[in-house]
Amino acid sequence: MTATKCWLRVSLPPSFSVKSDHMKSQALRGEYALVGMAESAVGVVPDKSPRELCVEVTLNAVKDAGLTLSDCDGLITCNAFAEPILYHAEAVAEYLGWQPRHCVTVNTGGGTTFMAINMAIAAIAAGMADTIVVSMADSLRSFMTRDQAMVVQSSSGHPHYEQPYGPTVPAYYALIARAHMDRFGTTEAQFAEAAVSCRAWANQHPNAQKRELITVNDVLQSRPIADPLKVLDCSLVSDGGAAVVITRRERAQEGPHQPIYVLGYGEGHAYEHISQAADLTTSAAVIAGDAAYAAAGLTPDQIDLMQLYDCFTPALLIQLEDLGFCRKGEGGDFLASGVTRPGGSKPLNTHGGMLSHCHPGNPGAMFGLTEAMLQMRGDAQARQLANIQTALCHAQGGIMSSHATLILGVEATL
Amino acid sequence: MSRPTPNPTPTEQPFYDACQRGELLLQHCNDCQHILFYPRTHCDACQSDSLSWRTASGKGVIATYTVVRRGVSADFPAPYIIALIDLAEGPRMMSQIIDTEPEALSSGLSVMVDFESWSDSITLPVFRLVTGQTP
Repeated sequence: MTATKCWLRVSLPPSFSVKSDHMKSQALRGEYALVGMAESAVGVVPDKSPRELCVEVTLNAVKDAGLTLSDCDGLITCNAFAEPILYHAEAVAEYLGWQPRHCVTVNTGGGTTFMAINMAIAAIAAGMADTIVVSMADSLRSFMTRDQAMVVQSSSGHPHYEQPYGPTVPAYYALIARAHMDRFGTTEAQFAEAAVSCRAWANQHPNAQKRELITVNDVLQSRPIADPLKVLDCSLVSDGGAAVVITRRERAQEGPHQPIYVLGYGEGHAYEHISQAADLTTSAAVIAGDAAYAAAGLTPDQIDLMQLYDCFTPALLIQLEDLGFCRKGEGGDFLASGVTRPGGSKPLNTHGGMLSHCHPGNPGAMFGLTEAMLQMRGDAQARQLANIQTALCHAQGGIMSSHATLILGVEATL
Repeated sequence: MSRPTPNPTPTEQPFYDACQRGELLLQHCNDCQHILFYPRTHCDACQSDSLSWRTASGKGVIATYTVVRRGVSADFPAPYIIALIDLAEGPRMMSQIIDTEPEALSSGLSVMVDFESWSDSITLPVFRLVTGQTP
């Protein structure tokens, strides 16, 4: 079955016509499930190092699944900027006194999260492991100075043809924001709506790093960082970690929580450096989303909950377009309509996103995933939505460079 | 700390040598006629390794830009302007636009290359607004 997108898109560069066959068939639909999850404290967490946070959430996710480490035989992690380790996953396993059969560190920036989920599924499908923990943590806030965090993140720029000019990560996204404004008439106030929406959700989350409500005017009046982006258009700098446990469908029924099934996955890789992007306003989220929808047999209008990658407000707006939740060029109107806020018909980043819940770097999107699991389990407390059966989680690495889309469903969707 | 400065590979050296003498070079593919930036060992359109350096006009237009209000480090006093420049020959490059008030900028304006010393051995291309335009 081929998923049909509900909106037309404009201007895909020629290279975008090359589609990956990855998970295009629905052969893996519902065959793997997330059975455990854990989040550490987030925000400012000075009492544990990134490695210690990673260990904590690994153990807690296994416990949440009703398992012990000896029931699990795979570990996939992501390295930490604040405490780089040459063989990261091995070091975490060693710390725990655990010798998993499969143990690997993945590095695709902010996209690592869901690419690691996909690699876990591939490893299980290939017989390399049966039950895998995907775990990551970093401490950009407490274990690095503000300047160190800024420099290490901007080092994603090309060392010879970008970094010498002094771009910051907000500046890279400002280039994209300006291009979207020029092409589609998007306004700074419409970007600000993304921050206002995420904050309204964070206001209902007891652990969110920033909870006080904000207005569009607050965003517009906040400190300029890289025009047109202000500080409230930018995600937080945080400490924190999260982990999930994934296993085969047959083994998923034994745990204490209802399994959350992987219905589809897709990824897209368009470039690494923003100066090499063929199109500044349409990203490879189109490719990732198409593959995930096809694998899940779902269309955007069948997604109950969106958990997207809001490193900066323009990134969130463009993903809404590229993943088919609105037409290309209409992301600003979509956000300004208020449908993504509490009480709206298209709930988005119900934990508050990286703009308001936390953004510890590469692990950032893990909290979009764990929030989706909580909402689907019915464990999201004050912000619990009624009847969330499907969720789409999206992560990206680089400067809107590499994209990973994960579509989840409850038992009834199988 | 100091400003990040390229450490050119042998492949890239002709580009930086040209910058030192105030000339912008681009690689042309001898097989498919594609014009490349950044410098590579292989054409990024057809993967041919038959490439020649040719002098570029130095003309371009602003594809998009930002005024950086918080510099990446103390070596970059804000504000400064980062832009993507679409060169007349086709390739796009990141650079700074210098000696310009932010209010004078908009996408689509014409710019011309200039060169600034970045270190004892490295000079980099930067751009100036072509005068007589209104945003």
